[in-house]
Amino acid sequence: MSSKPAVSVENLNKFYRIGVAVDKSESAVAALGKFLRSPVSNYKKYRSLYKFNDIDLEAIAAGNRPLPDDVIWAVRNMNFEVPRGEVLGIIGHNGAGKSTLLKILSRITTPTQGRVEIRGRISSLLEVGTGFHNELTGRENTYLNGTILGMRKKEVDRVFDEIVDFSGVEKFLDTPVKRYSTGMKVRLAFAVAAHLEPEILIVDEVLSVGDAEFQRKCMDKMESIGEAGRTILFVSHNMPAVTRMCNRVITVDHGSVVADGAPQDVVSQYLKSGQGKSSYAEWPDQASAPGGDIVRLRSVSVRDEKSDIAESVDIRRPCFVEIEFDCLEGGHVLLPSFSLWNEEGTVIFNAVDIDPEWRGRERPVGRYIARARIPGNLLTEGTMSINTAVWEWAPRRRTEFLHKDSVTFHVVDNLDGDSARGDYIGNLRGAVRPMLDWSTDYAAK
Amino acid sequence: MTNNVTVIKPDNSWFPDFSELRAYSDLFYFLVLRDIKVLYAQTVLGFSWAILNPTIQILIFTLIFGRVAKIPTDGIPYLLFSTVAIVPWTYMSNAMNGASQSLVTGQNILGKIYFPRVIFPLTPVIAKLIDFIISMILIVAVMIYYGVNVTSQIIYLPLFLLVMIAVPIGIGLWLSALAIRYRDVKFAMTFAVRMLMYTAPIVYSATNIPDAYRFYYSLNPIVGVIEGFRACILGTPLQWQFIWPGVIASLVLVVTGLIYFRKMEKVFVDVI
Repeated sequence: MSSKPAVSVENLNKFYRIGVAVDKSESAVAALGKFLRSPVSNYKKYRSLYKFNDIDLEAIAAGNRPLPDDVIWAVRNMNFEVPRGEVLGIIGHNGAGKSTLLKILSRITTPTQGRVEIRGRISSLLEVGTGFHNELTGRENTYLNGTILGMRKKEVDRVFDEIVDFSGVEKFLDTPVKRYSTGMKVRLAFAVAAHLEPEILIVDEVLSVGDAEFQRKCMDKMESIGEAGRTILFVSHNMPAVTRMCNRVITVDHGSVVADGAPQDVVSQYLKSGQGKSSYAEWPDQASAPGGDIVRLRSVSVRDEKSDIAESVDIRRPCFVEIEFDCLEGGHVLLPSFSLWNEEGTVIFNAVDIDPEWRGRERPVGRYIARARIPGNLLTEGTMSINTAVWEWAPRRRTEFLHKDSVTFHVVDNLDGDSARGDYIGNLRGAVRPMLDWSTDYAAK
Repeated sequence: MTNNVTVIKPDNSWFPDFSELRAYSDLFYFLVLRDIKVLYAQTVLGFSWAILNPTIQILIFTLIFGRVAKIPTDGIPYLLFSTVAIVPWTYMSNAMNGASQSLVTGQNILGKIYFPRVIFPLTPVIAKLIDFIISMILIVAVMIYYGVNVTSQIIYLPLFLLVMIAVPIGIGLWLSALAIRYRDVKFAMTFAVRMLMYTAPIVYSATNIPDAYRFYYSLNPIVGVIEGFRACILGTPLQWQFIWPGVIASLVLVVTGLIYFRKMEKVFVDVI
């Protein structure tokens, strides 16, 4: 066995080009001309998305040149090594570059500059169920999925019985998976992934998807792989899990590794910096904060009953959304508001500040915190995101600002049996999960 | 524990890495199997469609171009003349359609996991061969009906089978890589396939083309395939001077397709 690291990342850079804003036409004639030329300009636009010929990336990477507006530097001069057998935690807020890094490591996308060396087979729990086809039977999907995940047919043959045992679908092996329940499908998909036996495993946010049972299985599997001396890259927002399971943690921010060390140290430093929490967003610089001359947003947070910033909220307990803003000009009636969205992009509700104390009343200059209580036993499990806005109601009616995806938080159900799901531990659908009053009429026959 | 090292770095190679394909041969096999099994899932007629589709087309063409328009076919009965052309053409058009949309339909997998991307367009080209093999029954049936005697020219058939497969591979590589970024390809495809059909001697005979233009005409690799099929099966003269241009064109199509695909492969995921 070689003593070289399982993963080594050297001077890794990844640039993306985003679509550039198109200038608006002044007149109908100009608009018509632009419409006629649009195939050419569309072609140029699409081409520019991956062509970097016009900019000197070497100079930008070395810091000698400013970054053009339409270029995103997703991974910046990253350097790190993961020794064989280490469980490395990767933390950082959304958009920090973690996913891009993982995409490069799993070879889905190529780096723009730099080099990565991976010793051993790498696979990722992100890919659970990739390539499952509804018309194929459980057996066929097991082979297809197994080979997609990187196994040879012979390897699938060898573990096939174990996969079937583990998934518990042996009776339906020759039934098309379109007749499976969601739970059966997930179990089979996970069983295939769990028997992959990779030397390097990537786990990305697995803990926030799927039902609780599935998450627990993933955790167990990860722990057993870790104990078997395999290398794991664990990306998560679940700080307790990161601290418990990892030997070492790195923090990624703006595409760079900003901290690297013992889990407790890195995690506590990350949490203290505030930006580590997706359920807290702050705009310390008033000039660049959302808003205008009248209102500027200062912070948005999701808090628990103790007023602590909460990444995850117990489904049974109430939580609070706080919108902190500065009023820079007196004499306006303001309506703070927010909307709550689920992962599917469905708006769960819109809420407007109806605090009687400020309703219809002109606000003097100052700092305000608008606080809304969301009762327990209302939201369903999953990741929620919040858009915030402040509207002006009088003298003019207009939007002071609308900020999308200000914060996100997770609603979790810990299966104690006293939540709205009762004793049922499977996947429960629905946009909300209220606690209903149930009663039964019974007559013995 | 294996000690195989994977190096990930910006890649400027011109060709896809074929040695890598061997490691993924099992996956390729299961993907082809999936395409075959899924195609006729939940149909009553199942694989009969592989026969029914070209049959209907042959009958329509025989009626319109053979009976009504009376297109000259060098003395060959029109039914025979068109069957020998439509069977390989149906394969080529199906394979081209499947291959050119392969990356768009597979983008879910594309964004989640790595395997050699070139497998995507190759899968439908191979999977549709099953339909082709089944529909060969039509050719055999028509040959028996007209009592066609097989000539020694049949030994060249494997060459035309290879070109028949190479054409959709080449076009599939080009169009799948284009389609992932320009969704226009999907809309242009229906139209282009129909155009291609009329540019090739499927409903008419290539001898109708004036000799001065025959060379340029035969640069279309589909022309070579169709003429080759007729010559091998029906024993019409094999005019090699009008077949080589198409064979070479199909090779050029495959090689340039591979280069273009390789070039685009690096940015697929970033522009989906």
